[in-house]
Amino acid sequence: MSNSFASGLIVLGEVALWIALLMAAWSATVSFAGAAQRRGDLVLSGERGVYATFGFVLLASVGLWTALFAHDFSIKFVASYTSANLPKVYTFTAFWAGQAGSLLFWCLILALYGALAVWFGRGEKTRAFLPYVAGTMSVVTLFFLLTLCFGANPFERLDWTPVDGRGMNPQLQNPGMAIHPPMLYLGYVATTVPFAYAVAALATRKLNAEWLAPVRRWSLLSWFFLTVGITLGMWWAYVELGWGGYWAWDPVENASLLPWLTGTAFLHSIMIQEKRGMLRKWNVTLVVSTFLLAILGTFITRSGIIQSVHSFAQSPVGTWFAAFLGVSLLATGYLVSTRLKDLASQAELESMVSREAAFLYNNLLLVGISFSVLWGTLFPILSEWVRGEKITVGPPFFNSVNIPLGLLLLALTGVGPLIAWRRASVANIRRQFVFPGVAGVATGVALFALGMRDFYALVCYTLAGFVFGTIGQEFWKGTGARMRMYQENVAVALGRLVARNRRRYGGYVVHFGMVTMFAAFAGLAFKKEADVTLRTGQTHRARDPWGHDWTFTSQGVSQYKALNRYVTAVALDVTRDGQRVGILSSEKRQHVDSQDQPTFEPSTEVGIMEGAKQDVYVVLAGVTGTDQAELRITFNPLVVWVWFGGIIMAVGGLIVMWPQAERRRVQGGYAATLSPVAVAAPAERELAGAAS
Amino acid sequence: MKPRTKFLAGGLLILGSAGVLMASSIKDTGQYFLTPSELSAKVADDPSFRDNGVKIGAKAVPGTIRRDPSGRSLSFVMVDMHDSTKTYPVVYRGIAPDTFTDGVEVVVEGRLGADGTFRATTLLAKCASRYENAPDRYKNDPAYRQRYGQPGGAPAAPAARTT
Repeated sequence: MSNSFASGLIVLGEVALWIALLMAAWSATVSFAGAAQRRGDLVLSGERGVYATFGFVLLASVGLWTALFAHDFSIKFVASYTSANLPKVYTFTAFWAGQAGSLLFWCLILALYGALAVWFGRGEKTRAFLPYVAGTMSVVTLFFLLTLCFGANPFERLDWTPVDGRGMNPQLQNPGMAIHPPMLYLGYVATTVPFAYAVAALATRKLNAEWLAPVRRWSLLSWFFLTVGITLGMWWAYVELGWGGYWAWDPVENASLLPWLTGTAFLHSIMIQEKRGMLRKWNVTLVVSTFLLAILGTFITRSGIIQSVHSFAQSPVGTWFAAFLGVSLLATGYLVSTRLKDLASQAELESMVSREAAFLYNNLLLVGISFSVLWGTLFPILSEWVRGEKITVGPPFFNSVNIPLGLLLLALTGVGPLIAWRRASVANIRRQFVFPGVAGVATGVALFALGMRDFYALVCYTLAGFVFGTIGQEFWKGTGARMRMYQENVAVALGRLVARNRRRYGGYVVHFGMVTMFAAFAGLAFKKEADVTLRTGQTHRARDPWGHDWTFTSQGVSQYKALNRYVTAVALDVTRDGQRVGILSSEKRQHVDSQDQPTFEPSTEVGIMEGAKQDVYVVLAGVTGTDQAELRITFNPLVVWVWFGGIIMAVGGLIVMWPQAERRRVQGGYAATLSPVAVAAPAERELAGAAS
Repeated sequence: MKPRTKFLAGGLLILGSAGVLMASSIKDTGQYFLTPSELSAKVADDPSFRDNGVKIGAKAVPGTIRRDPSGRSLSFVMVDMHDSTKTYPVVYRGIAPDTFTDGVEVVVEGRLGADGTFRATTLLAKCASRYENAPDRYKNDPAYRQRYGQPGGAPAAPAARTT
């Protein structure tokens, strides 16, 4: 790329950012004005404005990427996060490695979603909402563009041009870190579309089922990306940071969990509104809260208001987000409070022993968990306001509150699918619960007999057995019904069962992944670690939680230079029960820039030997003299199942999201448009529906 | 009792016990979050305050970090972020995070010993440059500019300009 062409693109990008700002402002104004005055021409112009905004934000992003690849170090952002010797892939991902760029990235996704929401919202059913959706999306985009143009401009120039940039933090030079932020952003930002639809539904007072169809699709999309993003974040923390865990209840981690929790609650409660016309206020509240929590998360991350290891530099951008949060809260509060009558429920809870009740408790628990996480995260601020003293709470707080709540939730995961809508009969309960109940109790008893004594772990595995039983039974019954009715073989029956009831069986797949994760979390109760010092040839012996005997023999310390770093590495020869299993090595890296000057502090490369039973996790803490390695060796039981569970959940999410052909929409569709009586299907019809 | 009432009763029970759990665990595990000078004021008021485990948010004074070669312990001096009047020596046993460096913002958890040394059991380092590796810090440093800056340097203009 020629230099002048590159600098042309950069300037074009910068200008495009300002045009996008004007476009978003135009689009927001005419969309709302057109809706209020019922003027089709204004509405149409607003929609086109949304597309144009996306175009210009895209142009601005191309400009920043060009600057990164052209190594234009006169731009502060480029000089701050990259160096000339940074690998290409990380030059690309540097886009979201810093404050200003990540805001632009956020804005790019938002503008893209805005355009997609308008494009897919043109249909007959959602037409009425469109002006408000376009308007709301534009307002949010406008906010981000204002922040970008006046608060943190990625095109800001330095008054001098360094020969080389400061380079990228080595901890961010990891494939997990390259895709974790985009996934999380795709999830965070996708909460905006349901929010826009909620605003539109409230504004137009069309609060029946019509607005729920697109909201559900977008919420699922958001849920999917958040799930993938959070799991990747855990994986990155585990393999890169070297403290031996994947979740520390850090405020920024909590910030990503909060919208996930309320989003999950919504995806369950929406079914009750579809089937029974209940929970209308609640659903609007969940949609709005999910969006506000996503913004709050951004605020926490960007403002530095709460002590977190993750924080971006403290910057005035935090204040912008606080103001935006306040305005959104007031606006939606006003909309909801003036529409309470339109949100009245169309049905009552008929029995405590019903699927509705199970779903309601599921929602209560998910929201309870989010509240406790929010409370614990904000507690330093709250206590400072109330008592004038900053008091912090750490993992013990989150664990003691959330483990019991989480286990209750796990139990409901097993109950919900088994119990009938409206009112379960004794026969229904007996028929459905025997097998899963036996599976759960058997699991618990077996583990107790094998010597497991940790209370929470035992409860968790008993419940996990119960939920696996539930899921297994659902698949078994559905497949069996198909095999009898259509004479299909097992594979065909199973495949069609899932393909024709994607929401239901995809949901079970998600549950399966979730339970796998819970089972893996409980494994942490049996973690073992040791700090050891090994000279070349010396051996450390240890017994893992499963009773295997291990030896770790130092093969010596080596030092060498790689592409952009100096490396000190130790290699351990590992045996299990006398059998050699391989070499495990851990490194300390000192990154350098193209002038061979050290950048950043030394970073650690963890050595991990993964297995189904446990990970063996080795961290090189330091080297004394030339060959004495100081190591921490940890047995982390079942960790690999956390990643596996995450993948399964994502796959389940994909199954649920996969577009269904038109034919099935008639069968499975949005029943809330019918009267509650017509929909009141007994459990039998549910089962038949599964087999049809 | 109507199902709705029953449900609400059950819900209150769950949320109530969650609330009690939250309150009790905040009481048991909540820690003061102080700056070094706030800590010194608290201890001056009430010497028994030393016995509390506390979290201190501070800055590692540049040049005071002494690392044990084993990588398992280190000591440094901490000071308020924006006020250099009160300092405490800190001894930390454990593996320091990669982000721990001169001048970094730290959060240490532990107890103040009778000898005035803070014994930390955990050490978190929040590098302002963790993501934000801004050249601002360096560009006013003549040695850095000599090494990286263009010959002749740049005029002493405002920090940055937007074109």
